[in-house]
This record gives sequence, C-alpha cells and structure tokens, in this order.
Amino acid sequence: MTELLITKVILAGFVVFAVLNLAGLHTWVERKQSALIQDRIGANRASIFGFRLFGIFHGIADALKMFTKEDVIPAGANKTLHTVAPFFSVLFSLVVFAAIPFGPTLLIPGLEPIHLQVAKIDAAVLYIFAMLSLGVYGVIIAGFASRNNYALMGGLRATAQMISYEVALGIAIIGVIMVYGTMDLGEIVDRQGHLIGGWLPMWGIVTQPIAFIVFTTAALAETKRAPFDLPEGESEIIGYFVEYSGMKFGMFFLADFLETIVVATLATTLFFGGWQIPYMAADGFHFPWGWDIPIDNWLYVLLGFLSFSAKTLAFCFVFMQIRWTLPRFRYDQLMDLGWKGLFPIAVVNVVVTAIIMTVMGKVG
Amino acid sequence: MSQLTEERMLDSGEKELVLDVRTQDMEINMGPQHPATHGVLRVVLTADGEILTSADPHVGYIHRCAEKVGENVDFDGYIPYTDRYDYLSAMNNNVGFALVVEKASGLEVPPRATWLRMIVSELNRVASHLLAFGTYGIDIGAITPFLYGFREREWVLSLFEKICGARLTYSYAFPGGVINDAPGGWFDEVLKFCDVFDRKWREYDDLLTRNKIFIERTKDVGSVTADQAREFGWTGPCLRGSGVRYDLREAQPYLFYDQVGFDVPIGRGEMGTVGDCWDRYWVRMAEMLQSTRIVRECVERCIKDTTPGEVMAKKPKTLKVAANEAYVGIENPRGELGHYLVTDGGAQCFRIKVRGPSFTNVSCLAKLLPGTMLADAVAIIGSIDIVLGEVDR
Repeated sequence: MTELLITKVILAGFVVFAVLNLAGLHTWVERKQSALIQDRIGANRASIFGFRLFGIFHGIADALKMFTKEDVIPAGANKTLHTVAPFFSVLFSLVVFAAIPFGPTLLIPGLEPIHLQVAKIDAAVLYIFAMLSLGVYGVIIAGFASRNNYALMGGLRATAQMISYEVALGIAIIGVIMVYGTMDLGEIVDRQGHLIGGWLPMWGIVTQPIAFIVFTTAALAETKRAPFDLPEGESEIIGYFVEYSGMKFGMFFLADFLETIVVATLATTLFFGGWQIPYMAADGFHFPWGWDIPIDNWLYVLLGFLSFSAKTLAFCFVFMQIRWTLPRFRYDQLMDLGWKGLFPIAVVNVVVTAIIMTVMGKVG
Repeated sequence: MSQLTEERMLDSGEKELVLDVRTQDMEINMGPQHPATHGVLRVVLTADGEILTSADPHVGYIHRCAEKVGENVDFDGYIPYTDRYDYLSAMNNNVGFALVVEKASGLEVPPRATWLRMIVSELNRVASHLLAFGTYGIDIGAITPFLYGFREREWVLSLFEKICGARLTYSYAFPGGVINDAPGGWFDEVLKFCDVFDRKWREYDDLLTRNKIFIERTKDVGSVTADQAREFGWTGPCLRGSGVRYDLREAQPYLFYDQVGFDVPIGRGEMGTVGDCWDRYWVRMAEMLQSTRIVRECVERCIKDTTPGEVMAKKPKTLKVAANEAYVGIENPRGELGHYLVTDGGAQCFRIKVRGPSFTNVSCLAKLLPGTMLADAVAIIGSIDIVLGEVDR
C-alpha cells in the first residue's frame, strides 16, 4: 500500500512539475513563435548573470512581476468569489492531466508494474470532460464577481461558448469510443497500437479522421484562444479578467496555457496513438518489411514518453500558429459554427461509424 | 417562473414571444481608454445582451484650440500645429495649410517643391493606410497584420526622417515650398520602397483581405449607401467605399495631380453589399497601390524636369498676406482636409477654420451602431479609421 502511494505521489509530482513548467515555457514559446511569425526578434532581454538563452528567462521575470504586483479587488466586487475564481480555473485544468497516460508500463524488478498514468480511471474520458466543463466556472465567476460590465460580458460569452462547443466535442469523441470500445484512455492508447492490414497503425486519425477535425476545432474553442478568444476579445471587451491583477491574473494566464496543453495531450491520446510509435511493441520494433529490433523495457518506456511529448509539443505548435494567424469570430458566427457546423458533422460521423462497424461485423 | 404573456408578429413575419421577465439593458462605456476606439473617443453604448440598442459618441477629450492658436502665430509658425491634428498624415496637413496660404498670398512655388510635396503626400498616405490596415486587423482579432504593416511603415518613416529629420510630426512643407531638398540617393530608395511594397502588399492580401473569417466579420457589416454617405458628409475612403467616385485629387486637382495617372478605387460590394466594412477596408488597400504608382511617376518627373536645390520660393522673413480669403481642400488619407483662411494684411491668420475628415466621418456612429453586435461596433469604428487628434484638434 505504502509502495503504491509513493509511486502515485512520485508520478503525480512528475506530471504537475512537467505540466507547470511546460505552461511556463509556453509564455516563452508564445513570445518567440509570434515573433518569428511577425518578422520580429522577440523577447531576449531578460538575463541571469549575462546569460540570455534566447530570452527563456522571461518566464521567470513574468512570475516575479506577477507575484510582486499589487492585488486589486475592485470596490463592490464579491471578494470571496473574486479570489476563488482563478483557483478554479487552474485547478480544473491541472487535474485533467491525472487521467492522461504519458508512457507505457514501466517494469522495475521487485516492484509492481508501473503504468505511466497518475490515475487509471475506467471512465477517464468522462472524467476529463467533467473537469473541463467545470473549468469554465472559473471564467464565469470571474466575470460575475468583478462587477464590471466588460467582465460580465466575457463571462457570458465564455458560458455560451463552452456549452455549445462541449456538445460537439463530446459527440466527436463518441466516434472514438465506439471504434476502440472503451472509455479508458490507457486502453484506447493500447488499442491504437494495433495494425490494420499488417502495416497501418490503427491511430484515431486513421479510423476517425472527421472526428479529429471536429475535435480539434471544438477543442480550440475550449481553450478560449484565437480564433475563438471571444471571452477574452482584447479589442472588444478586454476580457473576463479585466479586473484582475497580480498573480490572480497570472493564474488565468496560466490556466489558458494549461488548457492548450490539455487539449494537445487529448488530441495526442485520442487521435495520434498517445505514446505509441508505429511498429513498436513491448519487446522491440517489428517492421512490416521483416526487420526486428529488440529493445529493453527502459528504452521502450523512454521512447514512448518522448513520442508522447513530441506529439503534444507539435500540437501546441500548431495551436500557437493558428492563434497568431487568424482573426476572431463574431459571437453569432461562433454559435453558428458550433451548432450548425460542427454538431451535425459530429452526429453524422457517429452514425456513419456505427453503420460501418455493423457492416464489418465489429458489433456483437 | 416566467410566463408567456403575449405573442408579437415582427416585420419579418417571424413570431416573437414576449416573456414576463424584467430585463434591463446594460450600459457600456466604451472609451475613452479602450483599445478599439483608436484614441480618446468615448462611445456610450447600451446593449441588450450582445446587441447594441443605442450609441452616443462623445468627442473633445484632446481639444487643443489649434485654430485659435493659428490667430496668434505667424504662418510658418502654424505649420507644426497642423502636424498635430491628424498626426498620421502630417505631411498632407502641412501641404494643405501651405497651399491655402499660397493661394491667399499668391506665392509661386518652385516645381521641384511641388513634386516633392506630392511624393511625401503619397508616401504618407501609404504609411497612414498601413496603420489603418494593421489596427483594423487588431480590431478584428488578428495581431500579426499589425506587425506586417508596421514593418513597411517603418521604412516610410525612415525615408521621411532622411528628408526632414522627423518621424511623426514632419513640418516639411511650408508656405512657399518645402524646407529641404531630397538628400542624395533618396529618390532611389523611394523607388526601391515602392517596388518592395507592391510585393509585400500581396502578403497582406493573403493574410487578411482574403481570410474567410475576416470577410465574414466585415461583409454586410455597417453598410452605408451612397446617399447615406453623402448625408453623413463623408469623404475619402469611407465615401468611396460606398461606391461614390469622389477624390479631390481627381475632382479638383491640386499640386500636379492632373499631370499623373492614377485610378480611384471605389467599393463595389465584392464580398457583400456596397459600402460595408470590407469595401471601406478594400478601398484603402487598393489606394496604397495607386499611391506607389503616383510616387514612381512623380520621382521620374522630379528628376527629369527640375533642378536640384530650388525648393523654396523667395519670401520675406515674416510673410504678410494682404486682406484676402481662400479655401483649399486636399485629399488626406482620411478624406477632405479643408482649410478656410481669412487674412487681414498681418503676419497671422485673421481666422483659420479647419474642416477635418475624421470629425465629419465619426458623426455616423450614432446612426450606424444601433442594431449591430458589440463586435461589429469595433469593426465599424475601425473601418471608418478616425484619428482623434483631428476630431478634436
């Protein structure tokens, strides 16, 4: 029991450490990537003892600034809710990571096999959606408790947007659940390791391409970043966090990046085989053209973890690229896209998937 | 519990349910510190959810009595004040005031000065429209075009710095001519800029103009018919966006605009209705290409027809103008900038009245905004492209 507890604490610590640092690094990535897109040099001034390292220390400078700034609560605001809101946002984005498998099973002699997944939940998909949905409460409460019309408008927009897009998001995932026959993310990843016809990995993108497109679009809306940054809408309503300062604002900022990472890991897990590498099995690589390269368990785990990280980072990169390229939707256009565009596509996808599975005899 | 109390037929034939819920319109104070008002414009909006029910623009936050100042400084001394009404097109403002003084006093301007005035006016038009393009991108939610626009704008500003030493408030054209001749190599760099700019312009086209989301956001939004535009007193790209071919450079040529070839782009409702935000935006984009075309021709004529160095007419140290009155309107990047000057034989204006395009253009907000969505309000204000320095003067 103690042994299990220690393993879990170590795993959870590792995930939180990795994710928070990645979110911190995201501020740097955002600065640098936007700079590259916009033909600028980007942040490169912060230095520690003269070392600039391409401005990577700007994240630390940011954190210092946020912590030392005055925390202002506007007169007439609801103090409790105003304080609690940013914690809601960050908490619910962080706990999602518990259910995401980030590597294969690690075998250490003398110990139980360790699944590289903090919580092995049977209905992990449901858990993740529940947590993502709760995350919007942070935004609503922030908008409501600030006693500012702009913030309230941001909160309202966020509510409408989340509700509309979660429907499409959920239905897109149903296709994936049908194909892999489980809601356990670990299982879903395992089953994506199978090969179709002996050479094509059975990744979600292969079996459910439409669901992938719907999922990515809806998930982008879920992260509240351009082109779906209506709750923020800098040039229109400044954002639901307009009355926040200091680290409370910083937490909303962090939650934003965390959500981007959540969505990237989810897209990786559901559609790009999670930690799988094509033709890699627990005992080594088996290529369809006959090569066999045996590998040790530690290398297998390491490669799996690296594969997962690389895919997640690639998604973060794509999302960032989209964010810095596209303009923002208007409120009614956003609703149209969600309800009249993505929702029907997702439903049709589920129906078509069901028909194909029945024809192929996959349904008992 | 809310109860259904009555059913009402709308003009469109749809039924509207009137519920027994007490709702209250939200009052939103947009500005004077708001990113989308491009300065210190304040618009008091009332909104029913996202839809605006009324809009009330308040102006005057940076009124500096520019015209009154004109009665107390001599003609040359007033030039720096003209820089500051529409600070994004200071060159054109200088030219406008210089022209009206020349008309009242009968000063002869050397041809080289006139060509140089045209070159800088058109370059300033490009710089000003680039800013309009960039900030419009930001209004719609795309930040990258802003930086692209600024990249090329920087180059224009450097060109101006080389010819007059300033990057924003130029004070370059004075009654009688311009202060400096172009330094060596300046014309070559201007031509190089024009060539590079025409290529970069395509980037803007790909990035923003033809972007699906951008088109969706701007088409059919804030449509203004030609008649309405005339009623508002609109001039410049806003009026031309509504399909009216009226450009002072063509309608009442000043400087040497009758000697160069250029087109006047007008809005055709390419994406939606004539006179929508996209049309106004598009007119600005198309005008930039016409400007580089004019600049090329002016540079060629300037080098071929004129002698270097002759850029200022002979005039007394303190210019005095006999009792007279004159009006000159010029085509600023934002519309007609008119100066009405009355002199009484002294060294100052007896009275100077400025007709600013931004001030006239902004008057439409109370009519255009109600019924649109909050996000549209930002798109409409952006598409009118006002500079508050000139609204208030």
